[in-house]
Amino acid sequence: MASRGKVLELLNAVPHGMALLDSDLRIVAINRFLEALTGYSGEEVRGVGWDQVVRSGFGRSNPLFQGALESGSPCSAEGDMLGQSRCKIPMRFTATPLTEPGMEGATLALVLEDMTAFRSVAHTKELGPARGILGHSQKMQEILELFPVLAHTDSSLLITGETGTGKDVLAEAIHHASRRSICPFIKVNCGALPESLLESELFGHVRGAFTGAHADKHGMFQLAQGGTIFLTEIGDLPLPLQVKLLTVLDDREFFPLGSQKKVKVDVRIITGTHRDLAVLVREGKFREDLFFRLNVLRVQMPPLRERDGDVRLLIDHFLLRISTEIHKKPGRISARAMDLLCRYSFPGNVRELRNIIEYAVNVSRGGIIGPEHLPPPVLDAGKSNAPSAAPALKRDRAPEAEPAPLRQELPVNATSWSEIEKKKILAALLAAGGNRGLAARALGWGRTTLWRKIKEYGLG
Amino acid sequence: MKILVTLQNDDIAPRFDLATEVLIVRVGQGGVEGEPRTVLLPGPSSDELCSLVIKEDVSLVICGGIEETHYQYLGWKKIQVIDRVIGAAEKAVRLVLAGRLRSGAVLRPEKEGGGA
Repeated sequence: MASRGKVLELLNAVPHGMALLDSDLRIVAINRFLEALTGYSGEEVRGVGWDQVVRSGFGRSNPLFQGALESGSPCSAEGDMLGQSRCKIPMRFTATPLTEPGMEGATLALVLEDMTAFRSVAHTKELGPARGILGHSQKMQEILELFPVLAHTDSSLLITGETGTGKDVLAEAIHHASRRSICPFIKVNCGALPESLLESELFGHVRGAFTGAHADKHGMFQLAQGGTIFLTEIGDLPLPLQVKLLTVLDDREFFPLGSQKKVKVDVRIITGTHRDLAVLVREGKFREDLFFRLNVLRVQMPPLRERDGDVRLLIDHFLLRISTEIHKKPGRISARAMDLLCRYSFPGNVRELRNIIEYAVNVSRGGIIGPEHLPPPVLDAGKSNAPSAAPALKRDRAPEAEPAPLRQELPVNATSWSEIEKKKILAALLAAGGNRGLAARALGWGRTTLWRKIKEYGLG
Repeated sequence: MKILVTLQNDDIAPRFDLATEVLIVRVGQGGVEGEPRTVLLPGPSSDELCSLVIKEDVSLVICGGIEETHYQYLGWKKIQVIDRVIGAAEKAVRLVLAGRLRSGAVLRPEKEGGGA
């Protein structure tokens, strides 16, 4: 075991507040950063409860930290602490259990990251750092470092990346961190509408411009006046509209459909696509001059499989957020389920991860989320990726199969949670012979909840 | 004179804004007068707690962390605040009576008066 001096030397090398806690969440050691933040010396607070020293908003019983100790997996959460300067400091707390008890019984390492810089960039204290962009991985850190630069300019920005990587989230975060944040942020999907409709949608029209144009209509560019317009799936923009967009980028003015009067706009343009625009240019499907004008600043959102270590962070984040949203007590992920999730390739990236966690939180009845609460694609991938893990999974799932017949009724190809829930309710009612009390008990709900959901889905 | 201590069980609550219980002690020439009173608050709120301090005519507040705004407000109302104190509430009151409690003190149960 390393000496106390060596351990402290290591702790002091970390550029964040850091503490080692014992199994009762009492301070074993703190580094210099945390000493400066709290105003206490490490020697002074040895053996004192972490909540007394750190004075976080979580209070004494923080389920995340307890969860980290019980599950053996790192947990993180955002909150604040009251520093010695009597100011609330926004913090990200990450608790990592130590595999072997360290110095003087230390079982948990707690890292406190000051989020003030991120929040001041975002200008919106309550919205969080860079408005929902999370990531410790090298690739995400590079984007977060570039974030203030992207926010403080009016230059066109092109965000590329696979579907579900967070292009929209980044665009919106940049808008909210920019001087344009008091004006609207308008998002238009260029692939969602046919050419004629898209032109009217983007640039507006005047009365009588075409059949059915009964009144003047402002386009999205006018609605975004002073703010930001985010053109997503820009690679799907038809060629004739590419010319018009080029004009807007050059002159900051355009003619609405059927109008003879030019409209001037002051709008920042951010575009996003999952396609390779350079390839489209070569194929003659995208104008080269437009590509050059849009590609002034460029950000490539990394796929989740290339974001080392971010899966756990995002799981904790979504677990807490979704549990709060649906008024459930935040559960935690079992080691096996976490292992399956960490080995999954997430072809749908962060969006898919969010949906998986939402599914798991809804399917589990509170407490621990196990492999049986994960959707079939994750389990299937787990089986094919790690043959050695498959028997263990089978053993894990076998006892669950009998007492949870309702789970077998879940449609594998269900498209939404409401659909799954509807089918679950029907299956429970059928199994209970129409007795709502029994059905509610089988579903793990109260009678009132079942009654409310029956009404909500029109099943009564 | 009255002393108010923010409570979390028997200890001083780490944060003034999150305290839901307070101890009010009346102090005279000979020390503590009467039985100390514990007041349960309807919920955590710095503003409500400041109102209670004023209403109860408290002269000294002992607490854990407190935000600058409320610290200044109480100071402006001529109420002394000893903040960032860690330890048992009862011991903090004893040290105040002995004139030995300071801001940022860590009161340890095993050392009588240590750290203050």
